[in-house]
Amino acid sequence: MADPILPPLPPAGGPAIEVANLACGYDGKVVLKNISFSVARGEIFFIIGGSGCGKSTLLRHLVGLNQPTAGTVKFFGQSFTDADTVTRRGLLKTFGMLFQSGALWSSLTLRKNVSLPLEEYTTLAPREIEEIATLKLAQVGLSGFEDYYPAEISGGMKKRAGLARALALDPAIVFFDEPSAGLDPVTSRKLDELILQIRETFGTTIVVVSHELASIFDIADRVIMLDRAEQGIIASGPPRALAKTSRDPRVVEFLRRGDLLLQ
Amino acid sequence: MPVSPGPLNARVALTLEGDTLAVALAGTWQVTESRPSWAGLLGAQNPARVRLVVADVEKWDTSLLLFLFEVQQWCRGTGAFCETAALPEKIRTLLGQLSASHATSVPFDRSENFITTVGLATQDVAAKGRAIFQFVGECVLSAQQLVRNPRKFRWRDCLDEMQQCGAMALPIVSLVSLLVGVTLAYIGAVVLRQYGGDIYVADFIGLSMVREMGALMTAMVLSGRTGAAFAATLGNMKANEEIDALETLGIPAVQFLVLPRLIALGVMMPLLALYANALGIIGGVIVAFGLLGIPPAAFWIEMLTIVDLSDILSGVIKATAFGLIVGLSGCLRGLQADRSAAGVGRAATSAVVTAILLIIIADAIFAILFNALGI
Repeated sequence: MADPILPPLPPAGGPAIEVANLACGYDGKVVLKNISFSVARGEIFFIIGGSGCGKSTLLRHLVGLNQPTAGTVKFFGQSFTDADTVTRRGLLKTFGMLFQSGALWSSLTLRKNVSLPLEEYTTLAPREIEEIATLKLAQVGLSGFEDYYPAEISGGMKKRAGLARALALDPAIVFFDEPSAGLDPVTSRKLDELILQIRETFGTTIVVVSHELASIFDIADRVIMLDRAEQGIIASGPPRALAKTSRDPRVVEFLRRGDLLLQ
Repeated sequence: MPVSPGPLNARVALTLEGDTLAVALAGTWQVTESRPSWAGLLGAQNPARVRLVVADVEKWDTSLLLFLFEVQQWCRGTGAFCETAALPEKIRTLLGQLSASHATSVPFDRSENFITTVGLATQDVAAKGRAIFQFVGECVLSAQQLVRNPRKFRWRDCLDEMQQCGAMALPIVSLVSLLVGVTLAYIGAVVLRQYGGDIYVADFIGLSMVREMGALMTAMVLSGRTGAAFAATLGNMKANEEIDALETLGIPAVQFLVLPRLIALGVMMPLLALYANALGIIGGVIVAFGLLGIPPAAFWIEMLTIVDLSDILSGVIKATAFGLIVGLSGCLRGLQADRSAAGVGRAATSAVVTAILLIIIADAIFAILFNALGI
């Protein structure tokens, strides 16, 4: 019998995420249109762009927090946008998400925060769930803080605890919304190292929304760049190649400061 | 030569040289202090050229720019030539930005005409009504799932909420109920005494507390205390993306956050209402004894001649319904809150208003229903 904590193994081959002609918006207002891209398994994929270009909006539509007005999102070949309740619940288990603020449930301790997905989706005994939660917190460097409440820890620790929760079900994909926002450069770099470590250890596909150039050049395999005026993707490819070869002034302007980092 | 008034730190000297008016500014120009008015200084003069000089200005900020801009605007209006060559480059740049901002700034009128406003308000009312029905439906479906799988229910959260909305509310419910009993007894005593029916104050207090005031006053207290707290908590959770985090895990917010609160209120409200009945009656006994000289035993015996179990039951049924209304209003408004501090505040206010409105409507429906059923 398969280990109950593991999500159903995605079928082999094919990309982890396929997005086709996605249109995103709120209250009848179009923010993004004709968004198409795919993310390979085990890839670290960045969605980049200036403030207000729709990066977080795209992410919210990818994970189902908002319904797209058109287009499809597929995880491991299975459609997520028009999935029935059972399929959708199955797909939700395949990904975790780290929110910008950590989004820890304030009334629960860190251990309980990490335990909740396991309680919801597994039939493990409470003691086993507690052990897994402790392990996940240790993986993100929060040993000894298991019984702290979110209000009692720093912003960087909240993000790490949020990551532990996102990793609770050992998801095949982890989404990060602005992981570096509000963090000092050292903590931000440690979080980048953690992302790399997760990919190396579990082969996890990582999707990151960010405009942090240091992170983009350090860990991204591939990026797509969104533009507010264009309401869509204006560039895609490995960040270093884009910085060197792109002739689009918007891309050049955005990545220009990154050139300094490359030198 | 006109000179600006003495007390001002910002000084202007006007010198007419042929058709050119030299405007020499001096002193300290700061927005926190008064500055001379160009129109006041100029008086009836109408020069063909105006030359601006700021060589003697010791310290300046936006105040100087506003004055210079005023001069430029006057020149534009009258067709006079404004000579700014003597101004430092940085002042000329800032003046250019000020002119540009005036040229491109278009006031954003958010007002709508009457018909559009009425239409939007009607749509809003319809949408809010729909949202209430949708939310009640979601709660019913989640409750069904809970009955099928009670292990998933967050009993601990529910017990915590019971303590918060029940035990912790006892002091305020005690005070309010006792005072309501006292007030009702005074009103009853004044009227009944005129007809020699002092003893019937027991009937009046007993019936009004048990059937109406116990449940109603407790519901009012809890709508302000617990309903607002529910809305603020859930609104804050929404602003902090905690509700989004639940959704990405496939855990319905209704099941996780709303049902424990609803059940806690549904259980605690009738208990609190019974407690409020007792306190209200005690208030009545105190007034009856102190004002009318009716012994407590006589009060009790008289009260039992009119109050029976059906009266108590009707109060309990009402209290349960009111509890659910307070919980639903608080949770609904919390989940609908905007993702901002102001949004959380509005949600709390809206929760109280919604709860009180629905409680009054429900009370009226119960009155008609109980009358029709002869309860």
